[in-house]
Amino acid sequence: MTEVAEAAGTRRRTGRERTRLTAWLQEYGVYAGVVVLLLFNTVFTEHFLSAENFRTQAVQVAPILIVALGMALAIGSEGIDLSVGSVMALSTSLVALYLGYGPWVALLVAVVGGAAVGLVNGSLIAHIGVQPIVATLALMVGGRGLALVLLPQLEDVRDPGMRALGSGDLLGVPYPALVAVVLVLLVGFTVRRTTFGRQLLAIGDSRPAARLAGLPVRRVLICVYVCSGVLAAVAGFLATARLQASDPTSLGTLMELSAITAVVVGGTPLSGGRVRVGGTVAGAVLIQLLTATLIKHDLPPSWTQLAQAVVIVVAVYAARERGKR
Amino acid sequence: MPATGALDVPEVPDTAQALSVHGLTKRFPGVLALDAVDFGVQAGEVHALIGENGAGKSTLIKVLTGVYQPDEGEVRHQGTPVAFGTPLAAQRAGISTIYQEVNLVPLMSVARNLHLGREPLGRFGLIDFSRMHREAAETLRAYGVHADVRGPLGELGVGAQQMVALARAVSFEARVVIMDEPTSSLEPREVETLFGVIRRLRDEGVAVVYVSHRLDELYAVCDTVTVLRDGRRVHTGPLAELERLRLVALMLGREMGEVRAEGTTKFGGEHEAASQEPVLRAEGLSVPHQLHGVSFSVRPGEVVGLGGLLGSGRTETVKAVAGALQASAGRVTVAGVPLRGGSPAAAIRAGVSLLPEDRKAEGIVPGLSVRENIALAMLPRLSRAGLVSEARIDALVGTFMERLRIKASSPRQKAGELSGGNQQKVLLARWLATEPKVLLLDEPTRGIDVGAKAEVQRLVDELAANGLGVVLISSDLEELIEGSDRVVVLRDGAVVGELAGDEVTEGALMEAIAAAAVQGPGDPAGREEAPRD
Amino acid sequence: MSTVNTAVSGFARRHGALLALALTVVVASLSFDSFATGDNLENVAVSSAFLAIVALGMTFVIVSGGIDLSVGSVFALGGVLAAWGSRHGPLVALALPLVVCGLIGLVNGLLIARARLAPFIVTLAAMLGARGIMLNITDEGADTFLVAKDSLFADLGRGKLLGLGFPVWITLALFVLGGVLLRRTRFGQNVYAVGGNEDAASLMGTSVARTKVSVYVLSGLLAGLAGALNAAWLTSGVTILGQGMELEAISAVVIGGTLLTGGTGFVSGSLVGVLLLKVIQNVINQIGSLDSAYQQVVSGAFLVLVVVLRVRPVRRARAATGGGRRRSPSPG
Repeated sequence: MTEVAEAAGTRRRTGRERTRLTAWLQEYGVYAGVVVLLLFNTVFTEHFLSAENFRTQAVQVAPILIVALGMALAIGSEGIDLSVGSVMALSTSLVALYLGYGPWVALLVAVVGGAAVGLVNGSLIAHIGVQPIVATLALMVGGRGLALVLLPQLEDVRDPGMRALGSGDLLGVPYPALVAVVLVLLVGFTVRRTTFGRQLLAIGDSRPAARLAGLPVRRVLICVYVCSGVLAAVAGFLATARLQASDPTSLGTLMELSAITAVVVGGTPLSGGRVRVGGTVAGAVLIQLLTATLIKHDLPPSWTQLAQAVVIVVAVYAARERGKR
Repeated sequence: MPATGALDVPEVPDTAQALSVHGLTKRFPGVLALDAVDFGVQAGEVHALIGENGAGKSTLIKVLTGVYQPDEGEVRHQGTPVAFGTPLAAQRAGISTIYQEVNLVPLMSVARNLHLGREPLGRFGLIDFSRMHREAAETLRAYGVHADVRGPLGELGVGAQQMVALARAVSFEARVVIMDEPTSSLEPREVETLFGVIRRLRDEGVAVVYVSHRLDELYAVCDTVTVLRDGRRVHTGPLAELERLRLVALMLGREMGEVRAEGTTKFGGEHEAASQEPVLRAEGLSVPHQLHGVSFSVRPGEVVGLGGLLGSGRTETVKAVAGALQASAGRVTVAGVPLRGGSPAAAIRAGVSLLPEDRKAEGIVPGLSVRENIALAMLPRLSRAGLVSEARIDALVGTFMERLRIKASSPRQKAGELSGGNQQKVLLARWLATEPKVLLLDEPTRGIDVGAKAEVQRLVDELAANGLGVVLISSDLEELIEGSDRVVVLRDGAVVGELAGDEVTEGALMEAIAAAAVQGPGDPAGREEAPRD
Repeated sequence: MSTVNTAVSGFARRHGALLALALTVVVASLSFDSFATGDNLENVAVSSAFLAIVALGMTFVIVSGGIDLSVGSVFALGGVLAAWGSRHGPLVALALPLVVCGLIGLVNGLLIARARLAPFIVTLAAMLGARGIMLNITDEGADTFLVAKDSLFADLGRGKLLGLGFPVWITLALFVLGGVLLRRTRFGQNVYAVGGNEDAASLMGTSVARTKVSVYVLSGLLAGLAGALNAAWLTSGVTILGQGMELEAISAVVIGGTLLTGGTGFVSGSLVGVLLLKVIQNVINQIGSLDSAYQQVVSGAFLVLVVVLRVRPVRRARAATGGGRRRSPSPG
């Protein structure tokens, strides 16, 4: 048996040497992509290098990034969370309903809602043993339904506090971007320095080993999905503030796609055991820049979708070697 | 020099060889897995292929079955040079392989598994299920399998599944059947059935290559033997003429005198712990279908071996003690305190740590670093308010890497990149870091190199000397006897005997196991058997 | 005890969806006069037909252990292509979507089977890609191609036989063929084997890659065909269709008793699953005061229920052999 394993090990090693380029691509490709797009736009796009433009890009990328952080945790635990878009919709519905009590109460309610969805996801996965993709799929279907039941149609948000949050800034940095930065640091710190982070990675890498090592597998998994739900709810809150409207029909549709793309492009393997927070940030920025580039050069939105499709496939292809452990 | 054992190969004309390799060399980076090996099996011959771990058996089989391509040399089938690109190509040419693990589809019915790929077709080219079921039932009867062929394969016992795999392989008009440790999950009675089938195949002119570590089986069923060591063939010849001890000497590459001497060296001293209260007491542990009221106790400083055949419930016993397997009845007390919770976490808190049998799947977290692997079970204790203290981890890891002499390029090297022996030491470090009262060791030296093996054995001895209670499981009879102060013998998930003090000898243990084995229940349907050990 | 449990869950597994469907139909007939009318039932049947065809392809994919998230987009693309092609006659109207959507399935299959990428990510990309293509040929959704109402192609969608629309008959025929293909042919056995234990299937001589590619091509073809038929029925290639359809199809397949882990399942269940979803939708529409959003809530809840009911017995079956060494995440 060992002999076989060793042989397999050596085979893997040659595979790795052969694909040094793809390994490099997986590790740093996303940063290279961001730099290339920045350079391209600096040279070829008018008004790209303006503070205003950067502010716009930052505000737009913030919700994707925040959702992607939660997704990165889920993927790191060898799972996935497809319900994030619906949680955003649920969040916007709750915000609209509770805004009467002030934005902070609304935020709190939205976050509790997101946590509740995460709790259901996590319990289904950790206690009942449902595959993550199925459990979160069910919540994806049901969550948006619930959002629409709570708030059947678009509603304008006319709260001065929300308006300030959506369009204001601190020292030139828009609030949504600021929140995103804080959350990035928080999640990065959690993954690197906390017990929870270490346990999460061990569970994602080898669940039986983690269980036998006495790790609280179920609790950690539930926490992961609660985190993902809370982050998606915050993203929904920020998106509502920016759009000045609650639109549970369309808010967050395909968000799970963008988030997964950001995470995967950022080099976090789908097979779990690793969470790359920096890569996820770069992945989200890359997608945002790609979209912006295509739009600024008058290419229709359909091109954005095609480009995103290609980027996903390339990213996963590059990550392939690592995924096959 | 035994390496020239090639000389005692009876020169057989090429055409009589059903399958042969000539000057076969296979390299992996840094490893010469096979070095100019000649090997051949004739029609109507059962040929044993043996060797220690790393001898090159698996590589040879993989070349024969088209999984690997040779670097040098050639494979000949019925005398004609062939190059099997895939296992499928080899199978089509009439070379079937039975793997250690059952390679069938558990959710599909028995009949469908048996016939997959050549289902009998009826009208309109559609599958004729009634014919398929009839034929399947008929075929399987010859293999002692009387299960419902319409039911899912997964509901059969592992032994019966293996028989289905064998029936499938043979019914492919196989001219060569390669069996890679086929008995590792079989009951003794099933082994007998298997041997019957093998003899029948031989009489029908099929060439059989039989790989096993169990010498009894080899002598029972094989005609010829080839011994590999370090990628080279060291002996080929009729098995009956080869004395057992000489066979072992060939495998180990030692002189017979050494082997005999080895038999008396001890790695474990006998520990006097007679009068102390047990640190671990298991009473009436039961797990449905797996354990039936297992009781034993371990005193501080004592090494208690669990003896028994594969599938006797040894692994299940330690897993149940460690909370990794849910016990339906019975209780475990650690130093007089009942263990509650039924989870590995609760057991670890109570001071019971399990070194699992399957190091790769259940022990090591391959993507994490050595230091993180060592600290894994201790994380909460090395943290304050949920924040990990790097300094405390470094101190802990430093101590254990030095104490256990773990060889890694740095504590930050990925554990998955270490050798088997070092991985095992990392796991031992993980468990010792939790300061256990009782250490459960399930096959602690399996698959690790000789040097590391000796170190692990010495460590176990040392730990016991320091007052730790140790439960030891080992398929290596010698290790079990030398290492244990007392051996509890299991069979079919129940305790059937206990040896202590001077009784702990190879002969007595074999007798205890064998005596119990005689009265095994006979259940032809191959019911859900006490799991793979 | 456990045998009774197994028997009950076994029955629930095979016929639970059918029981639920029967119950829903009975309750709905008693509660709403407008439910059990010929018009309404025909409406349910036709609106089920398109989803059912998509779900049929999805059943093959899921039994093979994969998933196809691109079907919604491919459905929409198929409709647009058919409507555009209908100007050049019914043959082009049918062939164009089949060829293009089959090709998308082929690309999916090759990336999954040959390049060994995760099915859900590949088909996720295909979902974006197919919608991108569709938007591109319709000037970002601004153009809607129409099918001439009196054309032969429109008849395919709107014609009736024995009071039921052609799409319903086509769907039934496809399900019969699909059932035979999955249960009674060697290809079908291979699909089960690949989904049940890929490594073993490969060692047993099944061409795993070819089987996988085939199921994705089949799924692409059926989604495209469903889109084309839908366009014929609506007499236009509506660009906003198909969003969330992959979820509906997956829900229907799972509710119908096919395991998402692969290796087991049956096509008739998927048909029942589709009907159940559509009847619930119809009932919710009948209750005027209820928003259609409740349908999603009910589907989601149903999905959870089915999955929870099914998880345990299968884990036991797999645990018995340790077979099916797949890399899909499964906690425990």
